[in-house]
Amino acid sequence: MQVAIIDSGGANIGSVRYALERLGVDSVLTRDWPVIQRAARVILPGVGAAAVAMARLRDADLARRIGTLQQPVLGICLGMQLLFDSSDEGGTPIPMLGIIPGKISAITRGTDARGATLRVPHMGWNTLEPEQPDPIMDALGQPPWMYFVHGYAAPISAHTLASVDYGQRYSALVRKDNFYGAQFHPERSAGDGARLLDNFIKLTRAKE
Amino acid sequence: MSLAKRIIPCLDVRAGRVVKGVRFRDHKDMGDILELAQRYRDQGADELVFYDISASPEGRTLDMDWVGRVARNLDIPFCVAGGIRSLDNARKILAAGADKISVNSPALEDPQLIDRLVAEFGSQCIVAGIDSIEVDGNWQVKQYTGDPDKTRDSRRATLDWVREVCDRGAGEIVLNCMSFDGVRRGYDIRQLQAVRAVAPCPLIASGGAGKVQHFTDVFNQADVDGALAASIFHSGELPVPVLKSALAEAAIEVRI
Repeated sequence: MQVAIIDSGGANIGSVRYALERLGVDSVLTRDWPVIQRAARVILPGVGAAAVAMARLRDADLARRIGTLQQPVLGICLGMQLLFDSSDEGGTPIPMLGIIPGKISAITRGTDARGATLRVPHMGWNTLEPEQPDPIMDALGQPPWMYFVHGYAAPISAHTLASVDYGQRYSALVRKDNFYGAQFHPERSAGDGARLLDNFIKLTRAKE
Repeated sequence: MSLAKRIIPCLDVRAGRVVKGVRFRDHKDMGDILELAQRYRDQGADELVFYDISASPEGRTLDMDWVGRVARNLDIPFCVAGGIRSLDNARKILAAGADKISVNSPALEDPQLIDRLVAEFGSQCIVAGIDSIEVDGNWQVKQYTGDPDKTRDSRRATLDWVREVCDRGAGEIVLNCMSFDGVRRGYDIRQLQAVRAVAPCPLIASGGAGKVQHFTDVFNQADVDGALAASIFHSGELPVPVLKSALAEAAIEVRI
Protein backbone atom coordinates (compact mmCIF):
# COMPACT_ATOMS: atom_id res chain seq x y z
CA MET A 1 0.00 0.00 0.00
CA GLN A 2 1.18 3.49 -0.74
CA VAL A 3 0.18 6.64 1.08
CA ALA A 4 0.37 9.97 -0.69
CA ILE A 5 1.28 12.86 1.58
CA ILE A 6 0.17 16.06 -0.11
CA ASP A 7 3.02 18.55 -0.05
CA SER A 8 1.20 21.51 1.47
CA GLY A 9 4.46 23.16 2.46
CA GLY A 10 3.87 22.65 6.19
CA ALA A 11 6.63 21.97 8.63
CA ASN A 12 5.29 18.65 9.96
CA ILE A 13 5.70 16.73 6.73
CA GLY A 14 8.91 15.04 7.87
CA SER A 15 7.28 13.85 11.10
CA VAL A 16 4.29 12.40 9.26
CA ARG A 17 6.53 10.45 6.89
CA TYR A 18 8.56 9.06 9.79
CA ALA A 19 5.42 8.05 11.67
CA LEU A 20 4.26 6.03 8.65
CA GLU A 21 7.73 4.56 8.31
CA ARG A 22 7.54 3.37 11.94
CA LEU A 23 4.27 1.60 11.01
CA GLY A 24 6.03 -0.02 8.05
CA VAL A 25 4.02 1.99 5.52
CA ASP A 26 5.49 3.49 2.34
CA SER A 27 4.68 7.08 1.58
CA VAL A 28 5.39 9.58 -1.13
CA LEU A 29 5.43 13.33 -0.70
CA THR A 30 3.76 14.86 -3.72
CA ARG A 31 1.71 17.60 -5.38
CA ASP A 32 1.19 15.51 -8.50
CA TRP A 33 -2.54 14.82 -8.98
CA PRO A 34 -2.25 11.42 -10.72
CA VAL A 35 0.00 10.17 -7.88
CA ILE A 36 -2.47 11.43 -5.26
CA GLN A 37 -5.43 9.95 -7.10
CA ARG A 38 -3.82 6.52 -7.36
CA ALA A 39 -2.69 6.30 -3.71
CA ALA A 40 -4.47 3.90 -1.37
CA ARG A 41 -4.58 6.57 1.33
CA VAL A 42 -4.04 10.32 1.24
CA ILE A 43 -2.77 12.50 4.07
CA LEU A 44 -3.06 16.27 4.01
CA PRO A 45 -0.66 17.59 6.65
CA GLY A 46 -0.23 21.21 7.46
CA VAL A 47 1.32 23.55 9.95
CA GLY A 48 1.33 27.31 9.63
CA ALA A 49 -1.00 29.79 7.97
CA ALA A 50 -4.27 28.74 6.26
CA ALA A 51 -4.01 31.33 3.48
CA VAL A 52 -0.49 30.22 2.54
CA ALA A 53 -1.48 26.54 2.49
CA MET A 54 -4.58 27.24 0.37
CA ALA A 55 -2.53 29.27 -2.09
CA ARG A 56 -0.14 26.37 -2.38
CA LEU A 57 -2.93 23.89 -3.07
CA ARG A 58 -4.41 26.24 -5.68
CA ASP A 59 -1.04 26.74 -7.36
CA ALA A 60 -0.70 22.96 -7.72
CA ASP A 61 -4.29 22.83 -9.04
CA LEU A 62 -5.30 20.60 -6.14
CA ALA A 63 -7.80 22.81 -4.29
CA ARG A 64 -10.79 21.86 -6.45
CA ARG A 65 -9.70 18.23 -6.85
CA ILE A 66 -9.07 17.00 -3.31
CA GLY A 67 -12.81 16.84 -2.61
CA THR A 68 -13.26 14.33 -5.44
CA LEU A 69 -10.98 11.72 -3.85
CA GLN A 70 -12.66 8.38 -3.08
CA GLN A 71 -10.04 6.70 -0.86
CA PRO A 72 -9.68 7.49 2.85
CA VAL A 73 -8.17 10.95 3.31
CA LEU A 74 -6.80 12.29 6.61
CA GLY A 75 -6.17 15.97 7.23
CA ILE A 76 -3.84 16.69 10.13
CA CYS A 77 -3.88 19.92 12.17
CA LEU A 78 -4.09 22.75 9.62
CA GLY A 79 -4.74 19.99 7.07
CA MET A 80 -7.93 19.15 8.98
CA GLN A 81 -8.96 22.79 9.09
CA LEU A 82 -8.44 23.10 5.33
CA LEU A 83 -11.22 20.52 4.81
CA PHE A 84 -13.78 23.00 6.18
CA ASP A 85 -15.60 25.82 4.34
CA SER A 86 -13.65 28.79 5.64
CA SER A 87 -11.36 30.13 8.34
CA ASP A 88 -11.36 33.39 10.27
CA GLU A 89 -7.58 33.25 10.53
CA GLY A 90 -6.12 36.73 10.05
CA GLY A 91 -9.49 38.50 10.34
CA THR A 92 -10.94 38.20 6.81
CA PRO A 93 -12.64 34.85 6.09
CA ILE A 94 -10.41 32.60 3.97
CA PRO A 95 -12.29 30.26 1.63
CA MET A 96 -11.02 26.70 2.01
CA LEU A 97 -11.72 23.29 0.49
CA GLY A 98 -15.39 23.14 1.55
CA ILE A 99 -15.48 19.37 1.99
CA ILE A 100 -16.78 19.46 5.58
CA PRO A 101 -19.37 22.12 6.46
CA GLY A 102 -18.33 24.68 9.06
CA LYS A 103 -16.08 27.57 9.86
CA ILE A 104 -12.74 27.61 11.67
CA SER A 105 -12.46 30.33 14.34
CA ALA A 106 -9.94 31.50 16.90
CA ILE A 107 -9.87 29.61 20.20
CA THR A 108 -11.82 31.63 22.77
CA ARG A 109 -9.54 33.14 25.37
CA GLY A 110 -10.71 32.98 28.96
CA THR A 111 -10.34 30.60 31.86
CA ASP A 112 -10.67 26.85 32.32
CA ALA A 113 -12.88 25.01 34.81
CA ARG A 114 -10.32 25.64 37.58
CA GLY A 115 -10.11 29.34 36.81
CA ALA A 116 -6.64 29.21 35.25
CA THR A 117 -6.11 31.52 32.27
CA LEU A 118 -6.19 29.70 28.95
CA ARG A 119 -3.06 30.14 26.94
CA VAL A 120 -3.24 30.48 23.18
CA PRO A 121 -2.08 28.49 21.27
CA HIS A 122 -3.60 25.39 22.84
CA MET A 123 -0.31 23.52 23.07
CA GLY A 124 0.31 20.18 24.71
CA TRP A 125 -1.33 16.86 25.57
CA ASN A 126 -5.06 16.69 25.97
CA THR A 127 -7.62 13.89 25.93
CA LEU A 128 -10.09 12.91 23.24
CA GLU A 129 -13.69 12.55 24.26
CA PRO A 130 -15.45 10.26 21.79
CA GLU A 131 -18.74 11.64 20.46
CA GLN A 132 -19.53 8.92 17.88
CA PRO A 133 -17.99 5.48 17.44
CA ASP A 134 -15.71 5.05 14.46
CA PRO A 135 -13.13 2.43 13.50
CA ILE A 136 -10.41 5.10 13.40
CA MET A 137 -10.65 5.24 17.22
CA ASP A 138 -10.43 1.48 17.78
CA ALA A 139 -8.31 0.32 20.72
CA LEU A 140 -7.11 3.75 21.85
CA GLY A 141 -6.06 4.29 25.47
CA GLN A 142 -8.57 5.19 28.17
CA PRO A 143 -8.53 8.09 27.89
CA PRO A 144 -6.66 8.63 24.61
CA TRP A 145 -3.99 11.32 25.01
CA MET A 146 -3.08 13.33 21.93
CA TYR A 147 -0.69 16.20 21.27
CA PHE A 148 -2.34 19.45 20.18
CA VAL A 149 -0.83 22.70 18.87
CA HIS A 150 -3.30 25.18 17.44
CA GLY A 151 -4.69 28.68 17.86
CA TYR A 152 -7.79 28.13 15.70
CA ALA A 153 -10.36 25.38 15.98
CA ALA A 154 -13.46 23.78 14.47
CA PRO A 155 -16.76 23.84 16.37
CA ILE A 156 -18.64 20.71 17.40
CA SER A 157 -20.97 19.52 14.66
CA ALA A 158 -22.67 16.42 13.29
CA HIS A 159 -19.28 15.54 11.80
CA THR A 160 -17.44 15.49 15.13
CA LEU A 161 -16.15 12.03 16.04
CA ALA A 162 -14.28 13.18 19.15
CA SER A 163 -14.03 16.46 21.01
CA VAL A 164 -11.37 18.13 23.13
CA ASP A 165 -11.96 20.36 26.13
CA TYR A 166 -10.04 23.62 26.27
CA GLY A 167 -12.22 26.18 28.02
CA GLN A 168 -14.96 24.94 25.76
CA ARG A 169 -15.32 21.88 23.56
CA TYR A 170 -13.94 21.85 20.05
CA SER A 171 -13.79 19.22 17.32
CA ALA A 172 -10.67 17.10 17.76
CA LEU A 173 -11.50 14.43 15.19
CA VAL A 174 -14.00 14.82 12.37
CA ARG A 175 -15.32 12.74 9.54
CA LYS A 176 -17.47 13.24 6.48
CA ASP A 177 -17.69 10.18 4.24
CA ASN A 178 -14.11 9.18 3.36
CA PHE A 179 -12.63 12.45 4.70
CA TYR A 180 -11.18 12.42 8.19
CA GLY A 181 -9.55 15.29 10.02
CA ALA A 182 -7.47 15.30 13.21
CA GLN A 183 -6.83 18.62 14.94
CA PHE A 184 -4.06 16.97 16.98
CA HIS A 185 -0.81 15.49 15.68
CA PRO A 186 -1.08 11.69 15.63
CA GLU A 187 2.51 11.58 14.34
CA ARG A 188 3.64 13.10 17.65
CA SER A 189 1.12 11.51 20.00
CA ALA A 190 3.11 8.46 21.12
CA GLY A 191 1.19 5.15 21.30
CA ASP A 192 -2.34 6.51 20.86
CA GLY A 193 -1.30 8.56 17.84
CA ALA A 194 0.43 5.61 16.20
CA ARG A 195 -2.66 3.47 16.82
CA LEU A 196 -4.94 6.05 15.21
CA LEU A 197 -2.71 6.29 12.14
CA ASP A 198 -2.60 2.52 11.93
CA ASN A 199 -6.40 2.39 12.15
CA PHE A 200 -6.59 4.93 9.33
CA ILE A 201 -4.29 2.81 7.18
CA LYS A 202 -6.37 -0.29 7.92
CA LEU A 203 -9.82 1.22 7.29
CA THR A 204 -11.74 -1.19 5.12
CA ARG A 205 -14.71 0.79 3.96
CA ALA A 206 -13.86 4.09 2.38
CA LYS A 207 -17.46 5.13 1.89
CA GLU A 208 -20.64 4.14 3.66
CA MET B 1 -9.87 16.03 31.56
CA SER B 2 -8.03 19.09 30.43
CA LEU B 3 -4.66 20.08 29.07
CA ALA B 4 -1.91 18.18 30.88
CA LYS B 5 1.06 19.85 32.51
CA ARG B 6 4.14 18.83 30.55
CA ILE B 7 7.27 17.16 31.88
CA ILE B 8 10.17 18.01 29.61
CA PRO B 9 13.64 16.49 29.94
CA CYS B 10 16.21 18.83 28.47
CA LEU B 11 19.21 17.45 26.67
CA ASP B 12 22.13 19.82 26.27
CA VAL B 13 23.99 18.75 23.18
CA ARG B 14 27.62 19.40 22.40
CA ALA B 15 29.50 17.83 19.51
CA GLY B 16 26.69 15.33 19.01
CA ARG B 17 26.63 14.08 22.64
CA VAL B 18 24.38 14.92 25.57
CA VAL B 19 26.21 16.89 28.27
CA LYS B 20 25.24 18.64 31.48
CA GLY B 21 26.86 21.43 33.46
CA VAL B 22 26.27 23.12 36.78
CA ARG B 23 25.26 26.78 36.53
CA PHE B 24 26.08 26.51 32.81
CA ARG B 25 29.73 25.40 33.52
CA ASP B 26 31.86 22.24 33.78
CA HIS B 27 30.00 20.00 31.36
CA LYS B 28 30.01 16.22 31.83
CA ASP B 29 29.15 13.63 29.18
CA MET B 30 25.70 12.11 29.82
CA GLY B 31 25.38 9.80 26.82
CA ASP B 32 24.20 9.29 23.25
CA ILE B 33 21.42 11.58 21.97
CA LEU B 34 19.18 8.92 20.49
CA GLU B 35 19.58 6.53 23.42
CA LEU B 36 18.59 9.17 25.95
CA ALA B 37 15.76 10.46 23.75
CA GLN B 38 14.24 7.00 23.44
CA ARG B 39 14.67 6.29 27.13
CA TYR B 40 12.70 9.42 28.01
CA ARG B 41 10.05 8.67 25.44
CA ASP B 42 9.56 5.19 26.89
CA GLN B 43 9.33 6.66 30.39
CA GLY B 44 6.45 8.91 29.32
CA ALA B 45 8.18 12.27 28.89
CA ASP B 46 5.76 14.66 27.19
CA GLU B 47 8.29 16.48 25.08
CA LEU B 48 12.05 16.85 24.72
CA VAL B 49 14.19 19.91 24.26
CA PHE B 50 17.62 19.68 22.67
CA TYR B 51 19.91 22.64 23.25
CA ASP B 52 23.00 22.70 21.08
CA ILE B 53 24.98 24.68 23.62
CA SER B 54 28.10 25.00 21.50
CA ALA B 55 26.27 26.61 18.57
CA SER B 56 25.69 30.26 19.40
CA PRO B 57 28.98 31.30 21.00
CA GLU B 58 30.94 29.78 18.15
CA GLY B 59 28.85 31.63 15.59
CA ARG B 60 27.81 28.49 13.75
CA THR B 61 24.55 26.59 13.50
CA LEU B 62 24.07 23.14 14.84
CA ASP B 63 24.92 20.12 12.79
CA MET B 64 21.77 18.58 11.40
CA ASP B 65 22.39 14.86 11.31
CA TRP B 66 21.05 14.03 14.73
CA VAL B 67 17.84 16.08 14.25
CA GLY B 68 16.70 13.72 11.51
CA ARG B 69 17.72 10.66 13.50
CA VAL B 70 15.73 11.84 16.51
CA ALA B 71 12.69 12.72 14.36
CA ARG B 72 12.72 9.32 12.73
CA ASN B 73 12.72 7.45 16.03
CA LEU B 74 10.74 9.68 18.36
CA ASP B 75 6.94 9.86 18.45
CA ILE B 76 6.61 12.70 20.92
CA PRO B 77 7.24 16.37 20.11
CA PHE B 78 10.69 17.85 20.36
CA CYS B 79 12.20 21.28 20.15
CA VAL B 80 15.64 22.18 18.87
CA ALA B 81 17.61 25.21 20.02
CA GLY B 82 21.05 26.50 19.25
CA GLY B 83 22.32 29.24 16.98
CA ILE B 84 19.27 29.36 14.71
CA ARG B 85 19.71 32.74 13.06
CA SER B 86 17.97 32.60 9.69
CA LEU B 87 14.78 31.38 8.05
CA ASP B 88 16.91 28.96 6.11
CA ASN B 89 18.40 27.36 9.28
CA ALA B 90 14.94 27.13 10.77
CA ARG B 91 13.44 25.59 7.64
CA LYS B 92 16.10 22.88 7.54
CA ILE B 93 15.57 21.92 11.17
CA LEU B 94 11.80 21.85 10.86
CA ALA B 95 12.03 19.92 7.59
CA ALA B 96 14.33 17.41 9.32
CA GLY B 97 11.40 16.71 11.63
CA ALA B 98 11.73 19.00 14.65
CA ASP B 99 8.36 20.25 15.90
CA LYS B 100 9.57 23.54 17.28
CA ILE B 101 12.65 25.67 17.20
CA SER B 102 13.78 27.82 20.06
CA VAL B 103 15.68 31.05 19.54
CA ASN B 104 17.69 32.71 22.26
CA SER B 105 20.93 34.65 21.62
CA PRO B 106 20.21 35.34 17.91
CA ALA B 107 16.84 36.89 18.83
CA LEU B 108 18.63 39.22 21.23
CA GLU B 109 20.98 40.26 18.41
CA ASP B 110 18.07 40.74 16.01
CA PRO B 111 14.61 40.76 17.65
CA GLN B 112 12.86 40.91 14.25
CA LEU B 113 14.11 37.38 13.66
CA ILE B 114 11.13 36.27 15.77
CA ASP B 115 8.65 38.16 13.54
CA ARG B 116 10.17 36.64 10.43
CA LEU B 117 10.11 33.11 11.82
CA VAL B 118 6.52 33.49 13.01
CA ALA B 119 5.38 34.87 9.64
CA GLU B 120 7.01 31.97 7.83
CA PHE B 121 6.30 29.00 10.09
CA GLY B 122 3.57 30.15 12.51
CA SER B 123 3.67 30.95 16.22
CA GLN B 124 3.12 27.35 17.22
CA CYS B 125 6.63 26.26 16.36
CA ILE B 126 8.58 29.33 17.49
CA VAL B 127 9.79 29.23 21.09
CA ALA B 128 11.67 32.05 22.79
CA GLY B 129 14.37 30.71 25.10
CA ILE B 130 15.34 33.25 27.74
CA ASP B 131 18.30 32.92 30.11
CA SER B 132 17.60 35.20 33.03
CA ILE B 133 19.60 36.06 36.12
CA GLU B 134 18.95 38.31 39.11
CA VAL B 135 21.34 41.28 39.29
CA ASP B 136 20.93 43.76 42.14
CA GLY B 137 17.30 42.81 42.60
CA ASN B 138 16.45 43.03 38.88
CA TRP B 139 16.01 40.18 36.43
CA GLN B 140 18.31 40.56 33.46
CA VAL B 141 18.60 38.58 30.24
CA LYS B 142 21.95 36.92 29.54
CA GLN B 143 23.33 36.15 26.10
CA TYR B 144 25.66 33.41 24.75
CA THR B 145 25.23 31.33 27.89
CA GLY B 146 26.56 28.16 26.24
CA ASP B 147 30.14 29.26 26.89
CA PRO B 148 31.03 31.00 30.19
CA ASP B 149 33.84 32.99 28.52
CA LYS B 150 31.45 34.50 25.99
CA THR B 151 28.37 34.93 28.20
CA ARG B 152 27.38 38.55 28.49
CA ASP B 153 24.64 40.80 29.75
CA SER B 154 22.14 41.58 27.00
CA ARG B 155 21.22 44.88 28.77
CA ARG B 156 17.59 43.86 28.70
CA ALA B 157 15.23 43.52 31.62
CA THR B 158 13.66 40.04 31.57
CA LEU B 159 10.04 41.14 31.89
CA ASP B 160 10.42 43.69 29.08
CA TRP B 161 11.95 41.04 26.85
CA VAL B 162 9.15 38.57 27.67
CA ARG B 163 6.55 41.17 26.65
CA GLU B 164 8.48 41.92 23.48
CA VAL B 165 8.87 38.31 22.32
CA CYS B 166 5.16 37.71 22.97
CA ASP B 167 4.23 40.80 20.97
CA ARG B 168 6.43 39.55 18.16
CA GLY B 169 4.44 36.32 18.13
CA ALA B 170 6.52 33.72 19.96
CA GLY B 171 4.24 30.75 20.71
CA GLU B 172 5.99 29.63 23.89
CA ILE B 173 8.58 30.81 26.39
CA VAL B 174 11.18 28.70 28.12
CA LEU B 175 12.55 30.66 31.06
CA ASN B 176 15.92 29.41 32.27
CA CYS B 177 16.50 30.87 35.72
CA MET B 178 20.29 30.81 35.68
CA SER B 179 21.03 31.29 39.37
CA PHE B 180 18.88 28.23 40.04
CA ASP B 181 20.26 26.04 37.22
CA GLY B 182 21.77 22.68 38.14
CA VAL B 183 21.73 23.34 41.88
CA ARG B 184 18.47 21.49 42.58
CA ARG B 185 17.00 23.81 45.18
CA GLY B 186 13.74 24.31 43.34
CA TYR B 187 12.48 26.49 40.54
CA ASP B 188 12.59 30.28 40.83
CA ILE B 189 8.90 30.59 41.70
CA ARG B 190 8.99 34.34 42.27
CA GLN B 191 10.50 35.07 38.87
CA LEU B 192 8.24 32.56 37.09
CA GLN B 193 5.17 34.14 38.70
CA ALA B 194 6.30 37.55 37.46
CA VAL B 195 6.84 36.23 33.94
CA ARG B 196 3.56 34.28 34.04
CA ALA B 197 1.74 37.52 34.77
CA VAL B 198 2.98 39.17 31.56
CA ALA B 199 3.12 36.17 29.17
CA PRO B 200 -0.11 35.21 27.36
CA CYS B 201 1.48 32.15 25.72
CA PRO B 202 2.56 28.83 27.28
CA LEU B 203 5.42 29.17 29.77
CA ILE B 204 7.94 26.47 30.58
CA ALA B 205 9.96 26.63 33.81
CA SER B 206 13.63 25.70 33.65
CA GLY B 207 16.42 25.55 36.19
CA GLY B 208 16.49 24.18 39.72
CA ALA B 209 14.47 20.96 39.84
CA GLY B 210 15.80 18.61 42.52
CA LYS B 211 12.82 16.69 43.88
CA VAL B 212 9.11 16.05 43.33
CA GLN B 213 8.07 18.90 45.59
CA HIS B 214 9.78 21.40 43.28
CA PHE B 215 7.53 20.32 40.43
CA THR B 216 4.32 20.47 42.45
CA ASP B 217 5.35 23.90 43.71
CA VAL B 218 6.08 25.32 40.28
CA PHE B 219 2.80 24.02 38.81
CA ASN B 220 0.67 25.07 41.77
CA GLN B 221 2.33 28.39 42.55
CA ALA B 222 3.58 29.74 39.22
CA ASP B 223 0.90 28.16 36.98
CA VAL B 224 3.48 27.19 34.34
CA ASP B 225 2.46 24.90 31.49
CA GLY B 226 5.47 22.67 31.67
CA ALA B 227 8.56 22.01 33.72
CA LEU B 228 11.91 21.30 32.16
CA ALA B 229 14.75 19.56 33.94
CA ALA B 230 17.97 17.79 33.13
CA SER B 231 20.28 16.59 35.92
CA ILE B 232 17.58 15.01 38.02
CA PHE B 233 16.40 12.94 35.05
CA HIS B 234 19.82 12.16 33.55
CA SER B 235 21.16 10.88 36.87
CA GLY B 236 18.21 8.49 37.18
CA GLU B 237 17.42 9.99 40.56
CA LEU B 238 13.84 10.88 39.68
CA PRO B 239 12.43 8.71 36.91
CA VAL B 240 9.69 10.42 34.89
CA PRO B 241 7.00 7.81 35.80
CA VAL B 242 7.67 8.27 39.52
CA LEU B 243 7.39 12.03 39.12
CA LYS B 244 4.19 11.78 37.12
CA SER B 245 2.46 9.47 39.61
CA ALA B 246 3.38 11.86 42.41
CA LEU B 247 1.99 14.82 40.45
CA ALA B 248 -1.23 12.94 39.69
CA GLU B 249 -1.57 12.19 43.39
CA ALA B 250 -1.17 15.91 44.07
CA ALA B 251 -4.16 16.52 41.72
CA ILE B 252 -2.00 17.99 38.95
CA GLU B 253 -3.20 16.89 35.52
CA VAL B 254 -0.54 14.80 33.80
CA ARG B 255 -0.52 12.34 30.93
CA ILE B 256 -0.12 8.84 32.31
